[in-house]
Amino acid sequence: MKIKAIALNTFKEAIRDKIFYNLLIFALLVIVASVLIGDLSIGQNEKFIKDIGLAAISFFGVLTAILVGVSLVYKEIDRRTVYTIISKPVHRYEFLLSKYFGLCLTLLVNVAVMSFFLFVVICWKGYSLSLSLPKAVLLIFCELILLTSIALLFSTFSSPTLSAIFTLAIYIIGHLTSDLKEIVQDTQGKFSHYLINLCYYILPNFSNFNIRTEAVHGINISATYILNVVLYAVLYTAVVLFISILSFQKREFN
Amino acid sequence: MPAVKIVELTKVFRSGFAFVPTNRDSLHFAHRLRLTGIRRIRTVALDSLSLEVEEGEIFGYLGPNGAGKTTTFKLLVGLLRPTSGEAWLLGNNIRDISSQKEIGFLPEQPYFYDYLTAREFLDFYCQLYNLSKQARKRRVSELLELVGLQDAASVQLRKFSRGMLQRIGVAQALINEPKLVFFDEPMSGLDPIGRKQMRDVILRLKADGKTVIYSSHILSDVEEICDRAAILSQGKLHGVGQLNELLGVRKQLVEMSIEGLDETSKAKIKELASESIERGNRIILNISDEVALKEAQDIVIQQGAKLLSLIPRTESLDELFARKVE
Repeated sequence: MKIKAIALNTFKEAIRDKIFYNLLIFALLVIVASVLIGDLSIGQNEKFIKDIGLAAISFFGVLTAILVGVSLVYKEIDRRTVYTIISKPVHRYEFLLSKYFGLCLTLLVNVAVMSFFLFVVICWKGYSLSLSLPKAVLLIFCELILLTSIALLFSTFSSPTLSAIFTLAIYIIGHLTSDLKEIVQDTQGKFSHYLINLCYYILPNFSNFNIRTEAVHGINISATYILNVVLYAVLYTAVVLFISILSFQKREFN
Repeated sequence: MPAVKIVELTKVFRSGFAFVPTNRDSLHFAHRLRLTGIRRIRTVALDSLSLEVEEGEIFGYLGPNGAGKTTTFKLLVGLLRPTSGEAWLLGNNIRDISSQKEIGFLPEQPYFYDYLTAREFLDFYCQLYNLSKQARKRRVSELLELVGLQDAASVQLRKFSRGMLQRIGVAQALINEPKLVFFDEPMSGLDPIGRKQMRDVILRLKADGKTVIYSSHILSDVEEICDRAAILSQGKLHGVGQLNELLGVRKQLVEMSIEGLDETSKAKIKELASESIERGNRIILNISDEVALKEAQDIVIQQGAKLLSLIPRTESLDELFARKVE
């Protein structure tokens, strides 16, 4: 009940926040643009639309997750709105989790609206809507859930700017580690080998979530793979949320 | 059982690092540094405070800015963790979240979710107490009426004036019908009408049998309605009791206004006064003892100067307070 109330309030805040609308409109514009570009490229229209559409969903999702995520807790403390909530019989973990769920709900709506629009455009153009497309969208959403928890973790102890930089860095490194791991496999340097391996095993492996190329080319992805990646996201998120709660418990509001 | 019991509550903030030479002993109290080389800066915001507030009292918490009033409130409502010491609200230890069930808190200069309307805002806080939908509807209407904001129920908080925000803040603190409420600087930033309304709200709460603790740095706000008060300065308690007892006897002053003194006698007469202001060839003096007053009058007569006025007055509460705290 309390969690629901705070989460819905977070969602309401995001909805009444103009940035959210701007992102949505912008994403829709990009999808429309992809249709126009598709008309210019001979025979590649379908791939263009799907590729740019999925990329836009991912890009705007990541942008929302990071921008809203890093200020989620900070804003409450900065505006002192947190004072009246924490002084009520609300556990700190309840507050933190509600903020998180509220943003996840925002992202869910965000991603759902954009995907719906993309699917409508694809059907309207008369292209095939293979099952791999919703699968790709599902994994994009899982990626966002995980990324949001990381943004939230930083926001419990750091300023929004720093948190955004950290989160973005982790996002980028997380996309590169599996490639880097393959590269260092052939090198001699012990240290770089060790460092890359450390990053690979500790940081989230975001490239797991990217099945956009397969989706665009209509290659089927096994349900087992999807399930594994979803589980990976859920487990990793749970751990990050747990650390965030530990950090937030210690937080003092002065 | 006292409504609030505080035993040796201490809060030390550690913030940043500083390099300070060895024998620098203390600056201001609030920044008392005992540092050799590089150490963390320690700020003692509250220094082993012990205090009891009885049920049904209006209790004033007085002190200048930076005395530790807000820190005390934040410790009691769970926004800060004590460095040492214990406190109980209505018998529950503050480290236990159940101590927050029966209290209400209005922070200093509160900010709220300004995208919500007054009704949405109160409904949101009602949900934090797991009230049913009907109960919430009823309670929100009651509260809006109590603080006189029925007409602004569907106005967004961003359009509220300072006084209205303070009132919705009070409503927010009273949602759970608390037995004990903390108001941090409830009168600050309010116009005379707003102050009067706030006083009325506090008196009504007392009539309902609630304990009200509120802080202020303005004595007259406290003097009028408090049963008892505590004076805090630089993190330490200076006294608890009825305000008159606490502040002791007020000094009797005489304000003298003179015109036409020469420079030497001006200097002489200034030494007799506790305070003096010069305006052109007029001089206004505050004199607090009778011998000095007699001497000052003699100087005026000898010089043939003009005594414009001689007004006896009592030291203002704020002057007295400043003297006590020093």
